[in-house]
Amino acid sequence: MSIEYIIAVFITVVGASTPILLAGLGELVTEKSGVLNLGVEGMMLVGAIAGFATMDLTGSPWLAVVVAAAAGAAVSMIFAVLTLSLSANQVATGLALTIFGTGLSTLIGQGFTGHGIPTFGTFFPEALANDRFGRVLFSYSPLVYFSFIMVGLVAWFLARTRPGLILRAVGDNDLSAHSIGYSVIGVRYAAVAFGGAMAGIGGAYFPLVLTPQWSEGLTGGRGWIAIALVVFSGWRPVWILAGAYFFGLLGTFELYAKASGASWTSILPSEAWAALPYLATVLVLAAISVSKSAGGNAPASLGKPFVPST
Amino acid sequence: MLYATPVGSVLLTMIVGAIIFSIIGYNGLNAVYQVFVAPLAQPYKWPDVALKASPLILIGVGLAAGNRAAIWNIGAEGQYIVGALGGVGVGILTLNQHGLWILPVMVLAGLAGGAIWGAIPALLKTRFNVNETLSSLMMTYVAIHLMNYLVTGPWKNRKGFSYPQTPPLTDDQLMPTLIPGTTVHWGILITLLIAVGMWLVMTRSLFGFQVRVVGSAPNAARHGGFSQRQTVWLVFLLSGALAGLAGIFEVTGPYGQMTLGFPQNYGFTAIIVAFLGRLNPLGIILAGIVMAITYVGGDMAQSAAQLPNASKGIFQAMVLFFLLASDILIRYRVRVVSSAPVAPAASPVRSAAE
Repeated sequence: MSIEYIIAVFITVVGASTPILLAGLGELVTEKSGVLNLGVEGMMLVGAIAGFATMDLTGSPWLAVVVAAAAGAAVSMIFAVLTLSLSANQVATGLALTIFGTGLSTLIGQGFTGHGIPTFGTFFPEALANDRFGRVLFSYSPLVYFSFIMVGLVAWFLARTRPGLILRAVGDNDLSAHSIGYSVIGVRYAAVAFGGAMAGIGGAYFPLVLTPQWSEGLTGGRGWIAIALVVFSGWRPVWILAGAYFFGLLGTFELYAKASGASWTSILPSEAWAALPYLATVLVLAAISVSKSAGGNAPASLGKPFVPST
Repeated sequence: MLYATPVGSVLLTMIVGAIIFSIIGYNGLNAVYQVFVAPLAQPYKWPDVALKASPLILIGVGLAAGNRAAIWNIGAEGQYIVGALGGVGVGILTLNQHGLWILPVMVLAGLAGGAIWGAIPALLKTRFNVNETLSSLMMTYVAIHLMNYLVTGPWKNRKGFSYPQTPPLTDDQLMPTLIPGTTVHWGILITLLIAVGMWLVMTRSLFGFQVRVVGSAPNAARHGGFSQRQTVWLVFLLSGALAGLAGIFEVTGPYGQMTLGFPQNYGFTAIIVAFLGRLNPLGIILAGIVMAITYVGGDMAQSAAQLPNASKGIFQAMVLFFLLASDILIRYRVRVVSSAPVAPAASPVRSAAE
């Protein structure tokens, strides 16, 4: 195994990890506020088509990312109004949001079939990005660096800032947070919107960086991986980073196992690599519950509607 | 109001859907007509509607029992797939055999497959207190990859060129048709009988009572001697087995073999169906038919209104959105408060209806 080979594998892993990292960070903040939004896949698809359409029409990748974030946040507001203002069931609403987003993206995408868009590549000089070793650090889309910055920001926000503390308080004990005067619903609206925006950017990563053409269901179920990732990480931002790259590695093994029968990745069928993130998440769920100490990060009010009058 | 809101939300979806699809440049009225009305207006489409409604109803009545107990099995899609795999596994072993015993054994294997897949979240919940929503969802994706592996690998039809599909089931293994000349098979009749049976169980039996008490008053249930643990097991085994049964009906009925396109999201749509049917098995029969109409109508709209097939999802989701939004009318009574100068706000005040 040459160093070039390892570098090439690593770059593939980064590509597979970044979208789930972005969407996972958003879902983490949403869940930390006590809301379980199962609509990640739908929000990612809406972000993907919004990003693709903006890129196709304007040619500006930065604008495409902003529009994707706005589109993700906008559809997440359907979920927010239903579950927060009307205290509807979060599981059912989230699933409906995924069905909705899948349909909406397909409908809009119909007008963009066959269009090609340029890749949102690195902003570093070519000499660095194409260098044998330099490409490990400098060959990525700006969205990759953005995802790392967001890991730091989210970790800092949740652990070190006052609004972050309020958000965690709302997620752990909504009634107490309400009784000392914090707006539970307001905080949760913001958290859901952030989750939607990040899912939108994560979804836009697919057309902007990975596949320059639109196809139906482009995100291929990565929204569910992102939900698994949040659980797998035990609701801790830095572990989301580790988990995203672990899942990205498994996803890369899946690709390799599918492509060639010769490499060592074929010790398992590609489907087994694909199923491993979900199995690992179930095991982590069980492990968290067995060792109560690690489960302290799970938001205590997760998925429960907040009804102040009762 | 309890049963008016599902009807209202379907009507509202049709109205809003027509407006939205008109705005984005389609013939909105035609789109809504194709999706919601055309399958009913053309009798030759009725067997298709029955065929699509059957798995939704069967899965939906199982899930409704869980929801009544506030136990969230959202992995019915996986239980449906593993049920079908269990049946097809028996089918592959008995390809060269004949006899009336084969199909019943396949059906039993389907029930067992679904129940086993449902037992996993139940075990994790009762043994380790693992959140059943998340674990059952994760197991769905494990099931999909398991199916992909079997269909493209060990169970692939060697004589089927390079298509990823299992060998076609034999005449002894296929569900016999109920109405000659149509695709309506015996599974549909069994589905209806089970749904009515579930209605009796949920309204007349101790199990139905236990499920409702555990769901609505957990403390009273504990005090009354109903075990939460036992309820989790019963609910997951029941809803898993029914989803598995739906899977085996589907694969021995319309499909006739396993293919990669077998999962049709019935397990997820059935969650909408359970809500739309108000968790009442009789309501779920109607709700299943309504959702099945959108499936069939979505296919028809593809050619008649140039809508992509996936846009039926927009309609399905809107039905649930409107239903969940209108639930507030059931839980709360809207009271118009006069905007007297002292009143801080003139908005409708929420007050508990019960």
